[in-house]
Parts: sequence; C-alpha cells; structure tokens
Amino acid sequence: MRALRAVLPPLVALALVLAVWESLARGLSIPLYLLPPPSAVARAAAGELPSLLSAAWVTARAALYGFALSAVLGTGLAIVLSASRPLERAIYPYTVFLQTVPIVAIAPLLVLWFGPGMRAVAVSAFIVSVFPVIANTLGGIRSVEPALRDMFRLYGASRWATLWKLELPSAIPSAMTGLRVAAGLAVIGAIVGEFVAGFSESNAGLGILILSSYRQLRTDLLFAAVLFASALGLLLFAAVNLASYVLLRRWHPAASPRT
Amino acid sequence: MPPTPATERAPPTTARGVRVSISGLVRTFASGSKVIDGLDLDIAAGSFVALLGPSGCGKSTLLRLIAGLDRPDGGKIVRGEPASPPRTPALAFVFQDAHLLPWRTVLENAALPLELAGVGRAARHDAAIAALSQVGLTDAMTLVPSELSGGMRMRVSLARALVTQPSLLLLDEPFAALDEMTRQRLDDQLRELWGKLGMTVVFVTHSVDEAAYLAERAVVLSQRPARIVLDRTSSLPATRAVALRTEQAFSSEAAALRSALERGGA
Repeated sequence: MRALRAVLPPLVALALVLAVWESLARGLSIPLYLLPPPSAVARAAAGELPSLLSAAWVTARAALYGFALSAVLGTGLAIVLSASRPLERAIYPYTVFLQTVPIVAIAPLLVLWFGPGMRAVAVSAFIVSVFPVIANTLGGIRSVEPALRDMFRLYGASRWATLWKLELPSAIPSAMTGLRVAAGLAVIGAIVGEFVAGFSESNAGLGILILSSYRQLRTDLLFAAVLFASALGLLLFAAVNLASYVLLRRWHPAASPRT
Repeated sequence: MPPTPATERAPPTTARGVRVSISGLVRTFASGSKVIDGLDLDIAAGSFVALLGPSGCGKSTLLRLIAGLDRPDGGKIVRGEPASPPRTPALAFVFQDAHLLPWRTVLENAALPLELAGVGRAARHDAAIAALSQVGLTDAMTLVPSELSGGMRMRVSLARALVTQPSLLLLDEPFAALDEMTRQRLDDQLRELWGKLGMTVVFVTHSVDEAAYLAERAVVLSQRPARIVLDRTSSLPATRAVALRTEQAFSSEAAALRSALERGGA
C-alpha cells in the first residue's frame, strides 16, 4: 500500500505528460522530425530494438570501465592525499580541474592518445566521473571523529592499521555518495566521448546512434536512444545504491540510502 | 570506618594501579590563554580520584595530558610503572560518548585495543568476552552498536577500556549523556569494578553528586586557569549503594564539594 502510494503519483504525472504530448503532436500535426509523438518513439524503439540494445551494451561497457577506473583511482588518490596536508594542498586544486574541464574540448586529444573507440570513450567517462569520488572519499576520511583517532593513537595503532580499521570504514558512507554521483556521470561521459571518439568500432554506442539518427532526421529513434541512455544511467545508479544499502544497512541505519 | 559485613566487598587490596605525579603543570592554548598554570597533584596508586570543576575549566585538558594525548608546555607528569610490565598498553581512556566503531560487533569493539596491540584472534576474543562479562554484556556480543541502547554502548566502551587490564583508567565525563537511572547503575558498576580490579581511576565530571558518590578523593578545580580549590578525602564508607544518596553523610559530602565549586567561580 505504501509502495503503491510512492509509485502512483509519478506514474500518473508521466501518463498525463505523455497524453498531452501525444495529443498535441497529433492535433497540431507537428512534423515527425520536429517532435514525434510518444507512440512513434515507442514504435521506433520496438522496431530498432536489436540495434538500440547492442548500442546500449557498447556504451554500458565503456561507462562501466570508466566508472571502475574512477572508483579505484579516485579512492586511491583520496587515500594518498589524506596521508598529508601539504600534499593535499598541493594536489587537490588540480583535481578540481577534472571537474571543470570541458570534455568535448579535450576529447580529440583522447582520440590522439588512446586511439578512437572504446578506450578513449572509457577515459572520457573516467575524467567526467572521478572528481566526486575523490572529493567525497577524502571528505569521509577527513571527518573521522577526533576521539576515535585519539583512541587509535592511545593504543599505538600503526598508520596502516588506522587507515584500514578506522579511516576507510568510516569513509564508506560518503565514498558511496561519491560513487552514486559518479555512476550517472560515467554514462554522460561515455556518450559525450562517443560523439567525438566513438567512430572506429563496427558496433557503435548510443552516442553514435544519437548522432546518426539526428543526421537522418530520425527524431523518433533519437528520442528512443536518449531514453535508453537515461535508463542506463539510472541502472548504474541503482546498482551502486543497492551495493551501498547492502554494505551499510546494519551499521549505519541513518546513512542508508533512500532511493 | 563503619564495620563492614563479611559479604560486602572491601576496597582494593591487590593494588594493580599506578601512581601519577603531576608537578608544575602548564598548558597554554595557541590563543595564548592559559588553561592550566602550575598545577601540582599526586594521585596514589590504586586510588579513585574525581576531578570536579566547572565546564571549560581545563579538567578534560588535564586528563588528556595525563593520557599523553596532549603535551604540556611546562612541568611534568610521571606515570608510575605497573608492578608487572604488561604486554599491552597500561592506560585506558573512556570518552564522553561511547565512540564505538559502528561496523563492528560488540565483541570486536571490545577486542579492538588488543587487536591493535597485535594480540592473536583467539586470545583477544577470550579477553574481550571476559571484559564484557564484567560489565554484564555477554548476551549482546554479536550485536552492532546501532542495535544497542545508550547505556549498553557506554558499557561496551567501558569493556573496551578494561580489556587491556589497564593499571590507569581515565574517564572524561563518561556517563554525562545518559539518563539518571542508567547513570547511577553505571556509577555502581564502575565502583564495583574498581574494587575488584584495583587500578587507579581518574574520573572527570561536572556533577557534584557523582563526584561525591564515586570517589575516595575529590579534587575541585577552579575556573580557568585551573587551580585546586579543594582536595578532599571522602568520609563516606568504602561500600556504597544507591541508598547512600539520601543519607546525611552523603549530603554533607556533596555540600562541601558544592561550596568549593562555587568558591572556584563556577
């Protein structure tokens, strides 16, 4: 009953928007290439399902590689930076650069360095998604309760033991927040990367499908591809959410994620 | 001393505690304000001393200095060596909140100090079970902190402090956040443990009643910079129970501490 009450309002809103959209697109006879009605998008999605699915899989793989790189390298860099304040002050400002760099502008560089295709696309996904992982993990390590640090010091804990038994476990909730943000960004980074760098492979990703639908004025297919891209981001986000819930439900009741 | 029935527990006989000598202690904060300015205090081995003072008077700073968590700017603190040098740290600290690791079970939390000291798994679990049984928590060993009440969490914190069999136990307003009933129960439990184990206990509090009820000796500190307003050996019997809190002897003991606290500028 409660679940129904949570799900019902957004579903009703969606149905309303789709109905208005459908009737406007038909009633005003808007050309199909400008704004296809939802029914046309659904038909395109059904008709092109195999190519949409294979494109989504290509993009998903690149996004997952990028996300995995972010998770590993971002966490690693956060640990290194947390080891010393001077190091953090020296390096951290440059990690902000990763956040602000216009990925479309440097994507050609990525093609030069990594070759066109999967690798450049994955690196693009990595660059776009790594900053929240670094910032949140570092923040989590930094905000360990001072009394707990004192206790570890009192009992003669080594630097290593303090990292493994205190700092990293304490940082998990906020690191998970960073990973949730990174999951959505990785898909965006992969699609933008594909716009520039995704050409060489025989099987193209969603970014390529979006570009080619646009060139052929297949706006219905373009909408379907965008829908698939959003679904991909949501799926990855939900997976991280689930992992976070499973990890934290017992010891951080207040910090367990709400979906 | 009133005659004590044979069944009641005598004050510590097997003194495992250490002596703490503080002389000319000075601690200045970065802002330049003196928190402690030339303090002398000698704490006998195996004694139970309450440090009583107004909020912000520097009593917590004093405790951190004794623990070695903070360095003095002048003077010195000499902590005696325990009779038989232990394998594990001889000092334990209980903070104002329980400060447990939320991802660990009660058992693993209590065993943490031994784990950090490199004691093997089986040995540290045995010691943790023993410490948990001393605070009456053996039923809760597999639970995690979020499943415990505030009083239970504090008892785990106490067990964690006891697991290394410390010769010096420092407590910084440990039960201040608990409700009155739980607090009294833990006060009793702490006194009982001290009677049984005989370590030196230094207990920081801002509660006159708690200081009067718990300690063999109460040291009342003034407003900052902290100096000693009153150093009083308790006239209460060694065996104490809740009923004592309503007796005349307790009231006059508390009154003496309260007036000293007021003299010190609370």
